[in-house]
Amino acid sequence: MLIAVAAPVFGALGVALAHRIPNLREALSFVAAGVTLVCVLMLLPEVLNGGRPEIVLVELLPGAALAFRLEPLGMLFALVAAVLWPISTLYSIGYMRGNDESHQSRFFACFALSIAFTLGIAFSANLLTLFLFYEALTLITYPLVSHHQDDEARRGGRVYLSYLLGTSLTLMLVAVIATWMVAGTVEFTPGGILGSEVSNSSIGILLALFIFGTGKAAVMPFHRWLPAAMVAPTPVSALLHAVAVVKAGVFTVVKVIVYIFGVDRIAGLSSVDWLIFFAGFTIIAASVVALRADNLKRRLAYSTIGQLSYVVLAAAILAPLSMIGAALHIAAHAVGKITLFFAAGAIYTGAHKTKVSELDGIGHRMPFTMIAFTVGAISMIGLPPAVGFISKWYMLQGAVSTEQWNAVAVIAASTLLNAGYFLPIVYRAFFVNAPAGSAEHGEAPWSMVVALCITAALTILLFCFPDVPLALARQMMVV
Amino acid sequence: MILDHLPALQVVVPLLAAPLIVLLRSGRAGWFITTAVSWISFVISILLFIQVQQTGVISYALGSWPPPWGIEYRVDVLSAYVLVLVSGIASVVLPYARASILAEVPSDRHYLLYSMFALFLCGLLGIAITGDAFNVFVFLEVSSLSGYVLIALGRDKRALRASFQYLIMGTIGATLYVIGVGLLYLMTGTLNLADMAERIRAVEETRPVLVALAFITVGLSLKIALFPLHVWLPGAYTFAPSAVAAFMAGTATKVSVYVLLRFVFGVFGVRLVLPDLALLEMLIIFSAVAMVVASLVALFEKDLKRLLAYSSVAQIGYITLGLGIANADGLTASVAHLFNHGVTKAALFMLVGGIVLRLGTSRMDALAGLSRRMPVTCIGVALAGLSLVGAPGTAGFITKWHLVLAALQEGQWWIVVVIAASSLLAAAYVWRFVEIAYLRQPPAGAVTKEEAPLQLLVPAWVLVAACIYFGLDTSFSLGGARDAAAFLLGGVR
Amino acid sequence: MCLPAAAATQSNDGESMTLASHYSYWMTILLMITGLYIVVARGNLIKKLIGLGIFQTSVYLIYIAPGKLIGGTAPIVAEGFKIYSNPLPHVLILTAIVVGVATLALGLALVVRIYEEYGSIEEDTILEVERRDEADQEKAGDRS
Repeated sequence: MLIAVAAPVFGALGVALAHRIPNLREALSFVAAGVTLVCVLMLLPEVLNGGRPEIVLVELLPGAALAFRLEPLGMLFALVAAVLWPISTLYSIGYMRGNDESHQSRFFACFALSIAFTLGIAFSANLLTLFLFYEALTLITYPLVSHHQDDEARRGGRVYLSYLLGTSLTLMLVAVIATWMVAGTVEFTPGGILGSEVSNSSIGILLALFIFGTGKAAVMPFHRWLPAAMVAPTPVSALLHAVAVVKAGVFTVVKVIVYIFGVDRIAGLSSVDWLIFFAGFTIIAASVVALRADNLKRRLAYSTIGQLSYVVLAAAILAPLSMIGAALHIAAHAVGKITLFFAAGAIYTGAHKTKVSELDGIGHRMPFTMIAFTVGAISMIGLPPAVGFISKWYMLQGAVSTEQWNAVAVIAASTLLNAGYFLPIVYRAFFVNAPAGSAEHGEAPWSMVVALCITAALTILLFCFPDVPLALARQMMVV
Repeated sequence: MILDHLPALQVVVPLLAAPLIVLLRSGRAGWFITTAVSWISFVISILLFIQVQQTGVISYALGSWPPPWGIEYRVDVLSAYVLVLVSGIASVVLPYARASILAEVPSDRHYLLYSMFALFLCGLLGIAITGDAFNVFVFLEVSSLSGYVLIALGRDKRALRASFQYLIMGTIGATLYVIGVGLLYLMTGTLNLADMAERIRAVEETRPVLVALAFITVGLSLKIALFPLHVWLPGAYTFAPSAVAAFMAGTATKVSVYVLLRFVFGVFGVRLVLPDLALLEMLIIFSAVAMVVASLVALFEKDLKRLLAYSSVAQIGYITLGLGIANADGLTASVAHLFNHGVTKAALFMLVGGIVLRLGTSRMDALAGLSRRMPVTCIGVALAGLSLVGAPGTAGFITKWHLVLAALQEGQWWIVVVIAASSLLAAAYVWRFVEIAYLRQPPAGAVTKEEAPLQLLVPAWVLVAACIYFGLDTSFSLGGARDAAAFLLGGVR
Repeated sequence: MCLPAAAATQSNDGESMTLASHYSYWMTILLMITGLYIVVARGNLIKKLIGLGIFQTSVYLIYIAPGKLIGGTAPIVAEGFKIYSNPLPHVLILTAIVVGVATLALGLALVVRIYEEYGSIEEDTILEVERRDEADQEKAGDRS
C-alpha cells in the first residue's frame, strides 16, 4: 500500500529531474503510473476477500495517527484513480504536445503528486489523515489549475482556492475537531462512531459542517470553483475535475456518512432531511445551467456538479441499495465524464473549437472522438449499454424502497434534463452539416484519440462486467 | 561537575562572550564566537531538558545563596522547553547571519553586532531560567537594550526611529512590570517566584495584589506586542537586519509570553485568576481582535517584511488566545505555538533575508516572478507560509487543532469562527506572495536565476524542514507543551 | 530576614492613617502619570526620554518608601540595634537605576543618530521626512 502512494511521488520527482528530456519524462510518468496500477490491483483480491490491510505512519496527535486502512469504498476509489492515471497520461502527452503547452514538467510532476494524494485520501484510516491529504490535494492542484499563468488563470485559480480552502479550513476542520471532541476518536469504523449520547440536532449540525465543508463535492452554494477551474488545460479538467478532485469530495461524503455517522444511526432522523433537499436542488439547478451553457467545458462542468450531487443524494437517501448506487456512481461517472472531457479536449486540439454552437457536423471529421462522446453522454443520461445505467438503477431502487418519492422525481427529471443538454450535441455533430467554408481538420493527435477510446470502451465494459465495483460496493454495506 | 552548574553556564557563557568580542574587535571572530556560544547553549539546554524530564524540577542556587533569599535558577518543564527553543533558533540563525550581516551592516560595526547578539541571547536565556521576579526584570532589560541596539544597526535610517520607538515602549513595559513586582514584594515579602506562589495565597484578594496583576499583565503585553500595544513591532522587524529580525521574530516576544504564563498560572494561580477576574476574557477579546485585524493589515501591506511582522502580531494573538481560554488544550496550544511559530517565523525571515541580499529590497512589487530567479527560496516561503495558515502536515496545524478543540470545549463558538477567519486571511496573504512570485512576469531586465547563497539557504531550509517535521512528529513540540500545560494548570508549586 | 514590607506602612500603634502619611505614594502616582504624559504628549525625542526617566523614578519610590520601618535603622549587627529597615529594596533600586541609566544612554545615542539622519528631533518632522521618502520610493518603484 505504501508503494502505491509512494510510486507517484517518486514519479513526480523523476519528472521534475528529467525536465530537460521530454521523452524520458513522459516515460517516467508512465512507469510510475504503471507501478501504481499494479500495486493497487495487487491489493484488490485481499480486500475482496474481506481483508483490511492497514499501516500506521506516524502518530500526529495522541490518539490520532496518520494511518492507512483499506476498505471497499477506498479500494473502489483507488482503483478508479489508478486505472485512469495511465490513460490520462497518454492523453496528456498528446494534448500538451498538440497544443504546445509550456511548463510541461511542472504539469506532469504536479499531476503525479495529485494522484499520490488522491490515493492517500482513498487509503485513509481516519478523518485526520483524510483531511491532511484532502488539503494537500487542493494545494497541489492549484498550479495545475492556473497552469496558463495569465490573468484568467489567476482569477480562476483564486476562485478555486478560496472556495476549496475556505470551506475546508473553516467548516471541515471544525467538523473534524468537533467529531473528535464528541466521539473521542476520528477513526473510520463500520457502523459509525457517533454513539447515542450525541443528540440528534448535533448530528444534523455536524452533518451540515461536513457536507458543506467538503467543497470538493460541489454541493450548492459551494460549487463555483468547478466552472472556475475550467481555465485549466483539459487533461487537468479531465482527470482531476472529473475524477480525482471531485471524486475525493463525494468519496469523503459517502465515507463520512457510512463510517463516521453510520447509516443506521442517521436513517430516519429529521435533522438530516435537509440534505436530500440540497442535493436535489443542486442536481436540478446544475442541469438547468448546463442546458443554457454554450461553452462545452462549462456545460460539462455543470453536468459534473449535477452528477456529484447524484452521489450525495443517493447517500442521503440512506437505503442500502442507494448507497451501493452511490459508490458505483463514483466509478461510473469517472469513466463517463473523463471520456467526455477527453473528447472536449480533442475537439479543442483538433478543431480549435470550444463552443457547442460550433460543433455542427464535427462527427464526420472526428468520428472516433464523437462516438466516444456519445458513449459518455449515454452514461451520464443513464441508459444502457453504459455503466451509468447500473448506478442509476440502484439509486432509483434505493429511493423507491424507502418511498422517497421526491428523490425519485428528481432523478427522473434530471435524466430528462441530461438528455436535453447532451443529445443535441450528438445530433448536431452527426446529423447536421458543417457550415460552408469551415476549416478542414482531422482527428486529434493519436494518443488522445486512443485514450478516449479506451475510456469509452471501459464505460461499456463496466456495464457488461460490473462485478468488481459491485462487489466492493456491496461489501461496504455489509460490513 | 560541570553538569551541576549547567543552569548557571546557560547564562554565563553568552554573557562572557559579549565583552570578549568587544575586546577582540573583529567581526569574523565575533561571528565565530557567537556561533560557538549559541551551539554550546543549545547543547546545554538540551541537557537540561533531558535532566528535567528525568528528575523533575532543577533548582540551582546562584552563588550558593539558598532560596528564597538568594537568586534561584529554576528549571522546570516549561522553562526547559523555552530554553531549547531560544538556543535552537539562535544556533540556526547564526550560521546564516554571517553572509546576511555582511550585506546589510557596515563592516566596522560587525563585532558590535555580534557582541550585542550574544548579550541578547544571554538575556533571553536568563529570563527563561531564572526563578526570581526581579532577576526577570534585569534579564528582560538586558535583552531589550541589546535588542534596541541590534535593530538600530539596520541599514535603513528608519531603523533608528523604529529602535527608538521600541525603546520607549519597551521601557515603559518593563517599568510597569517592575511596579507590579514591587507591589507583589510589598504584599508577599519575597521575590522568589516559587516562594511567592505560596505566600500569595494569604493575601490573594487584596487590592495591591490585583493591581500588581494588572500592571504585570499590561507591562508584559507591551513586550509581547499584544494588540493594541503592538505598534513597535512592525517597524522593528521591518528595518532590523534580516538575521536579527529572524532571531527576534522567533524568540523575543515568545519569552515574554513565557513570563506572562509563569505569572498568571504559576504565581497567581488558576484559582485566583479564573473565577472572578475579567483578565482572561479581556485577553481573549484582544487576541481575537489581534488575529483578525493584524491579518487584515498584513493582507494589504506593500513590503514583505512588514507583512510578516503583522503576521507575527496575529500569530501572537493565537498564543495569547490559548492562554486566555486557559484549559488544558488551550495552554498546550499556547506553549506549542511558542515553538511552532518561532520556528516558522524565523524560517520566513531568513528566507526573506536571502531575497533582500539578492534584490536589495523586500517590496512586494519588486518580487514579481521571483520563482524564476530564486525557486528554492520561493518554495521555502510557500511551505513555511502553509505553516502560518495551519495546513495539516505543518507545525501550525497542531496548534490550530488544539486551539479549536480548546474553544469547542468551552462552548465558545465565536472563537472558532475567529480562528477560522484568521486562518483564511493568513491563507490570503500567503497566497498573495505565491501569486506575485509565481504568476507574474519578472520586471524587464531582471537578472536571471540567482538563488540566494547556500550559506543563507541551508539554515533557512533547516527551519522550513523543521516546520514540516514538527507537523508530523509531534513528540517533542507537543509532548513538551502538554507537560508544560499540565504543570501550569496543576499548580505544582 | 524578609519582613513583609507592608508592615512598615501601617502605624505601629493603630493610629489612623492620614492622607499625609502616604505622601510617598502620592508622589509615586504623580511621577508615574507625569512621566507617562510627557512620553505620550511631547513630540520632542529628548523630552520623551526625560518623561521616561521621570516615570522610572516613580518605580524607585514605590520600592524604597515602604522599606523604611518607623524606628528602623540600617542593618547593623550590634547591641542596641533591633529594628532594621529593609535593605533589599535599596539593592533592587540600585539595579533599576543602572538599567535606567543604560536606557537613557542608549536613547540619547539613538537621538544623536536620528538627528544626523533626519536633521531634526521633533517626531512630527521625522514622520514627515519618512512619509516623503516613502512616497519617493513608491514613485521610483512605479516607474521601474
